[in-house]
Amino acid sequence: MEYGLALIALVAVVAAVLARPLVRGDRAERQDSTRIEELRAAKEAKYREIRDAELDHRMGKVSREDWRAVDRDLRGEAIEILRELDRLEGRPPS
Amino acid sequence: MAGVGSACLTVALLTALYAAGASVYGVVSGRAQWVTSGRRAIYCVAALCVAAFAILESAFLRSDFSYKLVAEGSSTDTPTFYKVTAVWATQDGSLLLWATLLSLFASAVLFLTRRSLRDIAPWATAVLACVAAFFLFLMVGWENPFDTLAMVPQEGAGLNPLLRHPAMMIHPPMLYTGYVGFSIPFAFAIGALIARRTGADWIRATRRFALIAWTFLGTGILLGALWSYSELGWGGYWAWDPVENASLMPWLVGTAFLHSIMVQEKRGMLKVWNVSLICATFVLALLGTFLVRSGILESIHAFGASTIGVQMLVFIACVVALSAGLILARLPDLRTEARLDSLLSREAFFLLNNLVLVGLCLVVMWGTFFPLISEALTGTEETVGPPWFNRIVTPLALVLVLLSGIGPVLAWRRVTPGRLVRILAVPAGLTLLTLAALLTLTDAAESVTSLVMFSFVAFVLGVVGQEFVRGASARRVMTGESWPQALLRLLGRNRRRYGGYLVHAGIAVLFLGVAASSAFMEQRDVRLSPGETIRIDDYEVTYREATARLGGDGSGTGAPISFGAVMDVRRGDQSFTLHPSRNYYSTGDPSKGAISRFFEGEATSEVDVRWGLRRDFWLAVRPDLISLEEPIARADRQFADSPGQVQAIVIRTLADLYREDPPPAAFRAIVSPLVAWIWIGGAIAVLGALVAAWPSPEARLRRARSLYAARVGRELTRA
Amino acid sequence: MNPARKRKIRLVVALGAALCLAGLLVYTSFSASSEAAQPSELREGQSYDLTGKVVNDSVERRGDELRFEIRDRDGSASVPVVYTGVVPDPFREGREVIVSGELTRGRFVAERDSLVTKCPSKFTEDKQSS
Repeated sequence: MEYGLALIALVAVVAAVLARPLVRGDRAERQDSTRIEELRAAKEAKYREIRDAELDHRMGKVSREDWRAVDRDLRGEAIEILRELDRLEGRPPS
Repeated sequence: MAGVGSACLTVALLTALYAAGASVYGVVSGRAQWVTSGRRAIYCVAALCVAAFAILESAFLRSDFSYKLVAEGSSTDTPTFYKVTAVWATQDGSLLLWATLLSLFASAVLFLTRRSLRDIAPWATAVLACVAAFFLFLMVGWENPFDTLAMVPQEGAGLNPLLRHPAMMIHPPMLYTGYVGFSIPFAFAIGALIARRTGADWIRATRRFALIAWTFLGTGILLGALWSYSELGWGGYWAWDPVENASLMPWLVGTAFLHSIMVQEKRGMLKVWNVSLICATFVLALLGTFLVRSGILESIHAFGASTIGVQMLVFIACVVALSAGLILARLPDLRTEARLDSLLSREAFFLLNNLVLVGLCLVVMWGTFFPLISEALTGTEETVGPPWFNRIVTPLALVLVLLSGIGPVLAWRRVTPGRLVRILAVPAGLTLLTLAALLTLTDAAESVTSLVMFSFVAFVLGVVGQEFVRGASARRVMTGESWPQALLRLLGRNRRRYGGYLVHAGIAVLFLGVAASSAFMEQRDVRLSPGETIRIDDYEVTYREATARLGGDGSGTGAPISFGAVMDVRRGDQSFTLHPSRNYYSTGDPSKGAISRFFEGEATSEVDVRWGLRRDFWLAVRPDLISLEEPIARADRQFADSPGQVQAIVIRTLADLYREDPPPAAFRAIVSPLVAWIWIGGAIAVLGALVAAWPSPEARLRRARSLYAARVGRELTRA
Repeated sequence: MNPARKRKIRLVVALGAALCLAGLLVYTSFSASSEAAQPSELREGQSYDLTGKVVNDSVERRGDELRFEIRDRDGSASVPVVYTGVVPDPFREGREVIVSGELTRGRFVAERDSLVTKCPSKFTEDKQSS
């Protein structure tokens, strides 16, 4: 008895919670916003890589030429990410 | 309330199934509101599981014996702490704990990724929902924690005395948090495969969960070892028991995973390896959960003894099939973006480290499943014991420690050999110095493997120390900070890297303790009467007197009877006293006599250890009740129907009898060096993991700012 | 040497090492293993890991020695065991144990400290009366 009543009550509550998004309709944000989040995360990761590479060089693990090459590549990749971010966020290209 | 709890589980199961369906429909049809609904369903599952768990806990705390679980696992005289933790000492309760933890973690990760990973998150939701549904299904269908008894007993059976130890009760939640934690990256990996978004996005989103899972799992394993050492009467911390191995295997593969994902993040390599590894980790985590319960290994004939053994195997088989099939189908999307430039690079060494770790896992797996394998291959069931495990694992462990010292010194892509030699010069020198010191000042040379391990540990600590020093001095060159400032800033701005170095240092210290304590421990088993003395190592141990306590046992486990000994230990001018004892719990077995049933229930060894940084002195006693056998038999006849108070007086008399004239008791004394460093090393590793997992303030600030920016954007468009 | 060739060589070396290790694994495990058997399967002159249930009322302590009988899990064949060493806490009549040793003249002489008692399973059907 207790089980049955609780079952009905809980199903009702849960159904209400789950139906709300369906009823409210298409609240999908711009497809772009996903991409923006991902680009931001990629940008953070790229900055960390650049910092790591510099630290490696300063600690003597990598020669100046090797570091310069890697740093150039990484900064280039970072610029690409920033460019796409700017485009999606509607900022004028700097 | 049991009905409400049961209803929570049923509704949770239905909701989880809905979550899977809604998320899949939403992502396939492109209708985001269904995805949102599916995500909310996971939140609901979490809420329902938490509610069910709370209801169960309250039943335990109230000692409500109408619940079958409470009647079987708790009693009114179980201390409160153990009442709370007894919930997960049972099969049903632990399934509920698993489901609760899983739904909570799933809710957390889905909340954090609700605005990103739109292609992957719905599939991950579906995977997590299915796993949760399986556990809920097991409960609803077979092992319902809310089963009630028609006849409510007056008293419960009480928590198994062997489990009445703080470490043993925290151990399951830690392990489960670890297992559950690994399901998050697994779910996202599956999602990434299905959605063909096999870049590093799924890794970035779930990396912290993997790290947290690894930390909890490792802590759980260490707690289990600690329990074995300080609670069981054999004095060891690891026995290569199938149950222990079951938790170690996912940890080993998880460690490999944490390293190899860095390679994919940095260089886009090892994509197939990473998805395979996380699937393997999750399967091993499931296996770990179930191995303890299915009875498969202790005897293949006991396979049917567990009510959920078959279902577990089917589920695991499904997961393996799904993962393998998906990986094979998506192989074209998992092509590597770069290739190995040089063997002297971080990538190469991470790969090497992965191979060693996976190799270790395979070794453990082979040894653990050997009874099944040998039966299948040769027809006779054979087992391999700790000597075999130690023999095979030790060289691999040595290689692992060595690699963990070289890895931090390398850089990505390539380090020239000349540079490498120069960087390794100081740590290598330190290692040789240590080796020389050990050879001349100690007798460490008696065990070659230990000597090699000690040297490697010195190497790792040297490398880590050097990394910190050189990193800080590099900072000082640029910023002119003081040493402490530079060190702190270094740690703060490079959390992943330097946190990782701390973990390496901690693990090295842990291996130091393991090597020293296994190779150089001294053990003696003797029988002593009061007044007698023995020598072990350079200690003198005297059995001063016997003790017999009723009620109020020192370790807070609620034991009614406690027989023990007071031991004086002396070494040079250092002396201390130890109080090992043995707790006796009563049994409700009707075939036992009225008085003897107090002594015939479970009995646990309450070990006394004198912890020390240099060595531990461990002592256990097993009193001989032989002189009491006759009086107990007489008392059984005389006081069979006497009231409780009279029986209590009889027991007290018997206890006094033991105390005054005890027969020789069996003692085991162990002196093991550097055991404490196992636990200390583990703590350092956990600290390092926390540092590595800590979110960086810049990221947090940026996230907060971006949320505000998004809000402004939304409000602007609405206006 | 072009990179592709280098990679192939590395792969071959790695696979070779793996095979060697695997071979070592299989060889050492089969030579270091001991056969698990129940009392009815015992034969003299070979060492076994004897598994079975402790027979009720058969446990006897004689000084350093522990004597008891083990019977088949689902059968009546039993064998007397002589054991020395540490006795695990859960050891009790009716419980399942594993002990290593050899059958000599009708008695199973156990190796020191080799007694393992399976924890009374909380996860199986049979309940311990307590």
